Amino acid sequence: MARVVLGPNLRRFTDGVDELEIDAATIQQLLAKLGALYPKLGPHLERGLAVAINGTIYQGTVLAPIPPDAEVFLLPPIEGG
Amino acid sequence: MNDIPLAGTAPKAELKWVGTRGPRPDGLDKVTGRARYGADFRLPGMLVGRVLRSPHAHARIRGIDISKAAALPGVKAIVTRDDFRDMPSEFVPAGEMMVNYRDIVRNVMAREKALYEGHPVAAVAATSASIAREALSLIKVDYEVLPHVIDAAEAMRADAPLLDETMITAGVDPAPTKPSNVAKRMEFSTGDLKAGFAQADFVIERSFATKPVHQGYLEPHACLASVNEAGQAELWCTTQGHFVVRTHCAKLLDMEMSQIRVIATEIGGGFGGKTVVYLEPLALALSSKSKRPVKMVMTREEVFLSTGPTSGAHMKVKIGVRKDGKITAAEAELIYEAGAFQGSPVGPGCMCAFAPYEIENARVIGYDVISNRPKVAAYRAPGAPISEYAVECVIDELAQKLGLDPVEFRLKNGAKAGTRALYGPKFGPIGLVATLEAAKNHPHYSAPLGPNQGRGVASGFWFNIGGESCASLHINEDGSVTLMIGTPDIGGSRASMALMAAETLGIDVAHVRTLIADTDSIGYTFLTGGSRATFATGMATVDAAKAAIRQLCARAAKIWEISEDAVVWEDGHAKPAGQNAATFPPMSLAELAGKAGKTGGPISGHAEINAQGAGPSFGTHIVDVEVDKETGRVDIKRYTVIQDAGKAVHPGYVEGQFQGGAAQGVGWALNEEYVYGADGKLQNAGFLDYRMPVTSDLPMIDTVIVEIPNPAHPFGVRGVGETPIVPPMAAIANAISRAIGTRLCELPMSPPKVLKAMQAHKANGG
Amino acid sequence: MSKRHVSAVVNGDPVEFLCTPEQTLLDVLRDDLDLTGSKECCSSGDCGACSVILDGRLVCSCLVLSAEAEGKRIETIEGMAKGEELHPLQRRFLEHAALQCGICTPGILIAAKALLEREPDPSETEVRFWLAGNLCRCTGYDKIVRAVLDTAAEMRRS
Repeated sequence: MARVVLGPNLRRFTDGVDELEIDAATIQQLLAKLGALYPKLGPHLERGLAVAINGTIYQGTVLAPIPPDAEVFLLPPIEGG
Repeated sequence: MNDIPLAGTAPKAELKWVGTRGPRPDGLDKVTGRARYGADFRLPGMLVGRVLRSPHAHARIRGIDISKAAALPGVKAIVTRDDFRDMPSEFVPAGEMMVNYRDIVRNVMAREKALYEGHPVAAVAATSASIAREALSLIKVDYEVLPHVIDAAEAMRADAPLLDETMITAGVDPAPTKPSNVAKRMEFSTGDLKAGFAQADFVIERSFATKPVHQGYLEPHACLASVNEAGQAELWCTTQGHFVVRTHCAKLLDMEMSQIRVIATEIGGGFGGKTVVYLEPLALALSSKSKRPVKMVMTREEVFLSTGPTSGAHMKVKIGVRKDGKITAAEAELIYEAGAFQGSPVGPGCMCAFAPYEIENARVIGYDVISNRPKVAAYRAPGAPISEYAVECVIDELAQKLGLDPVEFRLKNGAKAGTRALYGPKFGPIGLVATLEAAKNHPHYSAPLGPNQGRGVASGFWFNIGGESCASLHINEDGSVTLMIGTPDIGGSRASMALMAAETLGIDVAHVRTLIADTDSIGYTFLTGGSRATFATGMATVDAAKAAIRQLCARAAKIWEISEDAVVWEDGHAKPAGQNAATFPPMSLAELAGKAGKTGGPISGHAEINAQGAGPSFGTHIVDVEVDKETGRVDIKRYTVIQDAGKAVHPGYVEGQFQGGAAQGVGWALNEEYVYGADGKLQNAGFLDYRMPVTSDLPMIDTVIVEIPNPAHPFGVRGVGETPIVPPMAAIANAISRAIGTRLCELPMSPPKVLKAMQAHKANGG
Repeated sequence: MSKRHVSAVVNGDPVEFLCTPEQTLLDVLRDDLDLTGSKECCSSGDCGACSVILDGRLVCSCLVLSAEAEGKRIETIEGMAKGEELHPLQRRFLEHAALQCGICTPGILIAAKALLEREPDPSETEVRFWLAGNLCRCTGYDKIVRAVLDTAAEMRRS
């Protein structure tokens, strides 16, 4: 089970829950499960997110593996100049 | 596929090319005037395109009459809002970005309202520049001038003029019932703020303001579009991302991507400002209407009026600290101006604000606010320099309050591997502490100061990004190598790619030529930005070289009639290994290339990747200033940039990024700002009055490259292009405060403001 | 608008062109003579990217009317290398990585050449004030100034 932290910007769509445990092997599975648990969160997941898995930030990819017991943070996407 | 052992990628292996300072592939053409930039292209039958821009900061457009202009001999096409389809307000993917085309279509060409002075209202293509200019003067626009608002703090007031009557602030519960100019509220927090401040022995809270500043690339936006009767388009333009240009133009003009070929010209500076479209859709639309090539080039005034600077901001920062120097809590409120449409970089501003420090209890709240200014565009580490400026000033003041050396204070609280960032995740290997140690030990830090001088330090953080990149590497018959990539080269990245390809292949870099391929010649590649080119396209380049090596080894195996597994690639040669070792003499890349036809055909390697694992880059700057007591003028006496590059592929160009970022930061700190009149019009839209640093404003800029490898990159590369602009504003502010004994909390710290601060300090007995 | 006939010498070659009264020398160099090495970045003489040498004097070609070129000798970046041989400034700029995007480079090279022809042994301060009319947004000027000083030393030796 990965520990998933949503942060203050997303917990508004999860009835205040900002941390939960989810069994997911990839970002794709994680987002699908989160969307099913919290339908209001769905559109915000689709708007593009960065996902930090054990400290490494993944962006624009849904296939990155999530190791068991990983620490996962959902972040706003990061653009550069 | 077996992973071929490569000399260059083994840990601590001797590197032959990566880390050297050879010439750049495009250098000769740039010192001889041969290099062709956006405005240097022409085509037979070419028309001149020009844009009519709103003279008002805020006005409803009741009607546009183009009849007289259209009747002028020599005018071949005119486009207005009627030529662009409206788009719904929704964030949709555009390549790797999420964008709102409702806003983009309106920024490219005003629809209901002109939202800033310089907002495009119509565009004309004519047979000469003078006819195009005359045509613009014949277009009648019926404006209903509306009250305007320029500053974000004023734009947030309940009675402020509304730019978008439908804008409801996102991120607030319950959702507001009335529209406002506040597009979004966001929050990042960790720990218990109240408890954290309760533990503090000292708390300092300060308010800061910064002004919008322009990237100031010297080359104005320019493009040349040619659309034929079948709707097939070619577009030459100066851009940081020609694939992004294609994405936007296809969407705005209802074209299939396969119908648009975008060729990135040499680019005369971007710094984030050339990641969006302005002229390109207009030129395509004009060419499509006239069936003639259309060239459009902005004037400098147009660049200032109509293209994106970065945000101005209002900020509050509060930090609490124990007597022993440990930070216990930190809080910030950031209000960033987005310009006429939502989308300021306040998000990364929030995330970066306290990133250099280990702080258990922290909260940052950000607001994205629209006003009657040009829509902001990315500018080097977008958002970070603004918030980190404010934070680093308070950090310095706390160090003074505690009687601690500012570098020691930072070392006490600095983020390291395992530190949890305010935005959540824990850092991997990072170089902040290494840059602080290097600062402490640098001769600059202990050099004596003269009268009226002060020394300031500040640190900075930026994420860096990865993303989609392609590389296509062709082994030519003579053993030379052509490398095609899709990230436009702004600061020497072709040289870096050639070095990485040569290192991986084990050949002399002189035999590798790197080219920027057009959108039809290589797969989708995200733009040059986010300090990603050397990281992400570098990874693709190494992968492409490895793919070519696999083929080279396979050819050698065929020639030797041994198994492919029994061939290794070492130092530019295929060698038999295992039980076949030394059975055959090694074959060089050139020999194998010469036999390619007979052994199965041409040899190429290509890679199409979405690079992940970008490594954050931290930097620490030291600056000495001298303040003229009579005028308040600040002179930069000495400057040192220390930054973690992960690995400097071409140290000369890494130093160049450090020095260039510092110089832009000096301008941001001391002189540069957008000055508006009460009429909402920009008063300094030119280089004379928008004062960027010139040669005589600066000293030599010393650099120290720290190398803490990024484990995700084959050579350890982190991006280096953006972090250098994060620390300068605070470093200079801190130096000035130590020189004059009082603090300025507003940028730019121009002579009148410094003089005023000194006089006030004196009046208060300072 | 009637055009005026102008004869001049550009990079040693005789040229003739017709120009309108409002055309600048930069317009003619870029649009009529296909010498696009001189760059137009401000059109107000503030950035120096269009620097050329007009009868031995360093000027911003965006501030010179093309009609004023009558009978004059003009040196542009395209004439700086002599055949295969780069001018020492061009070579040193490459060695020092004194350019990034390169758009200011032609103007800076021309301005630096004018300086060294006048003062073969400039101080750092002299280089900085001489080049203060040439904006560069990429480099922070450090490597540019070093390249110019290094070239001056080399040229004094030879």
